Amino acid sequence: MWARAVHLGLRAAARGRRGFTSKADPQGSGRVTGELIQHLERLSLVDFGSQEAVARLEKAIAFADRLRAVNTDGVEPMESVLEDRCLYLRSDNVVEGSCAEELLQNSHRVVEEYFVAPPGNISWSKLDEKQPFSHR
Amino acid sequence: MAAPMLRWCCPGRRFAFARVGCGSCQRRGPPTGSTSNGKRGQSSVAQQPHITAQKPRKGEPEWAAVVGLEIHAQIASNSKLFSGSQVCFAAPPNSLVSFFDASLPGTLPVLNRRCVEAAVMTGLALDCHINRKSLFDRKHYFYADLPAGYQITQQRLPIAVNGSLAYSVYVGRKPSQMVTRTVRVKQIQLEQDSGKSLHDGLRSQTLIDLNRAGIGLLELVLEPDMSCGEEAATAVRELQLILQALGTSQANMAEGQLRVDANISVHRPGEPLGIRTEVKNLNSARFLAKAIDYEIQRQINELENGGEILNETRSFDFKLGCTVPMRDKEGKQDYRFMPEPNLPPLLLYDSGSLPSGADPQQVINIDQLRERLPELPRVTRQRLVQQYGMLPEHSCVLLNEVGLLEFFQNVVKETRAEPKKVTSWVLNTFLGFLKQQNLAVSESPVTPSALAELLDLLDRKAISAPAAKQVFEELWRNEGKTPAQIVAEKKLELLQDPEALEQLCRSTLEAHPDVVMDLKRGNPRAINKLIGLVRKATLGRADPTAIKEVLERQLSS
Repeated sequence: MWARAVHLGLRAAARGRRGFTSKADPQGSGRVTGELIQHLERLSLVDFGSQEAVARLEKAIAFADRLRAVNTDGVEPMESVLEDRCLYLRSDNVVEGSCAEELLQNSHRVVEEYFVAPPGNISWSKLDEKQPFSHR
Repeated sequence: MAAPMLRWCCPGRRFAFARVGCGSCQRRGPPTGSTSNGKRGQSSVAQQPHITAQKPRKGEPEWAAVVGLEIHAQIASNSKLFSGSQVCFAAPPNSLVSFFDASLPGTLPVLNRRCVEAAVMTGLALDCHINRKSLFDRKHYFYADLPAGYQITQQRLPIAVNGSLAYSVYVGRKPSQMVTRTVRVKQIQLEQDSGKSLHDGLRSQTLIDLNRAGIGLLELVLEPDMSCGEEAATAVRELQLILQALGTSQANMAEGQLRVDANISVHRPGEPLGIRTEVKNLNSARFLAKAIDYEIQRQINELENGGEILNETRSFDFKLGCTVPMRDKEGKQDYRFMPEPNLPPLLLYDSGSLPSGADPQQVINIDQLRERLPELPRVTRQRLVQQYGMLPEHSCVLLNEVGLLEFFQNVVKETRAEPKKVTSWVLNTFLGFLKQQNLAVSESPVTPSALAELLDLLDRKAISAPAAKQVFEELWRNEGKTPAQIVAEKKLELLQDPEALEQLCRSTLEAHPDVVMDLKRGNPRAINKLIGLVRKATLGRADPTAIKEVLERQLSS
């Protein structure tokens, strides 16, 4: 599932969505560069960790590539599988909330009814120092 | 913020405006001495805490600045955009959070009808095209106050596009020189707000409160049609008034209900646009214009000294009065936009396209919403001008001060004095006293009824204008007395006996033959001296205009 999401992200990026500087060959030779892996790891916080994982990723991309075999010329793309469904509109009433205690039980650390998180985002360089990955 | 108030804030810049007009709002770098050889190693930050108007040097082309805005307005609704938890400003942390807001697995977004209506009404008020079909997307980024790891927004197809916002700026020194400018509204989209993070540097941790997470926001994108801080601040003020009139947002910047980010670049006229920087954290109306103007000046200084502008995000430090770089060098953010898989497209209808037999709760009719739109500020201002014969700039001030319009209308209702008199008293005397003591209309010690009663006394000629001012000052001290009581206590009633006045005038003329001679010789100011003398004699109980009339009559006979 996540592989497909990654692939969709790549394809969307290839169409030049804002903010993305394409690092992969959009036509997909299937090869995934070390640079791309690093970029993906940063974006998704998914650890590719090993050669095996990268190989699996390449296989997943190849699998999804089979979609290209379908001729979609002149066919309007779907937005979602829910396209024809009716979007339900809820009335503006307060019916939920007031369950702070319950929610806070999920948190490892709590301070006076606040969730505790580490300060900001941990910078990438710190992570690199901890576990060097070996990529192609 | 009213344009007049802005001018008080930035007196130094009126000089520039008077000459080049706010339209171009052109800026020059500071004079660098004999040559600008780019050797100024000091950063602009330390050198330019305040904006000063500069004269353009002869022969050098001027700069043009371009300002675009991204405004987030919190929707005034009872519950959140996609969940049924309450929207409220101050509440115990994490008490207004549903399972969906906390992003617990298995929860799904359910769209709030009121938020959609708010978006459509705002779009209609800004003359936007309302998209009959709009879509929801996910914008991914990791941050502790965004529990889902993505924000649901409308990136591909927002609910409203291509509108415009009109606002008025002063182009000269005189208050009457107002022109209308418009800024194009690129789009309006619905999106979720994030939670709040409180940074605890001491213990190296961040405390997260999700009460705000999931509240509906309207993101309004204004095209870079503005050219300086004043234009941007005025446009934002007008937008605030519109949102408040519609009731779609309380748009209170202090409470975080209205947040503004600015995109600023400079270029030489005729050349392509320059690199832009994004300035965030403009969360106060006061600092909005200041920050934008600072950034414009910083960019000009940088370019004139041979430097270059980085496409970066900066923050406004209001203590230092300057912008500072914000984000660390992560490179461009990739938000990995994808369609929100749990929400079908949002379909809107008009009277012509309403599906028959549809549940009215489940369909939104744009035409119906259009009919229900309340009076917009620019229409209110026009109406005030027509109804009460006031000047356009007066109507601007009335609308710009919170509660002032209501106060004014209450006074007009209760007094028989002419509206023009009421306008003058409310905008000059009343507002003057408020500003002097930095009070809001709601904190005024003088009620509309009290002012109405005072104006009635004046209108009946029971007291003179100067006496009325005195009474007003007394009323302001809020000792619980009515205007009539104060007049009686201080014996401020006008002399009602015309014969007594005639006597006093005659005796004054007799007692001061030198002044009379002076007047007869043609000195026009001598009459004022005489009026003053009579006033003193009457212990301030005669109206200066009446005195003048009697004196002139007596002198000419």
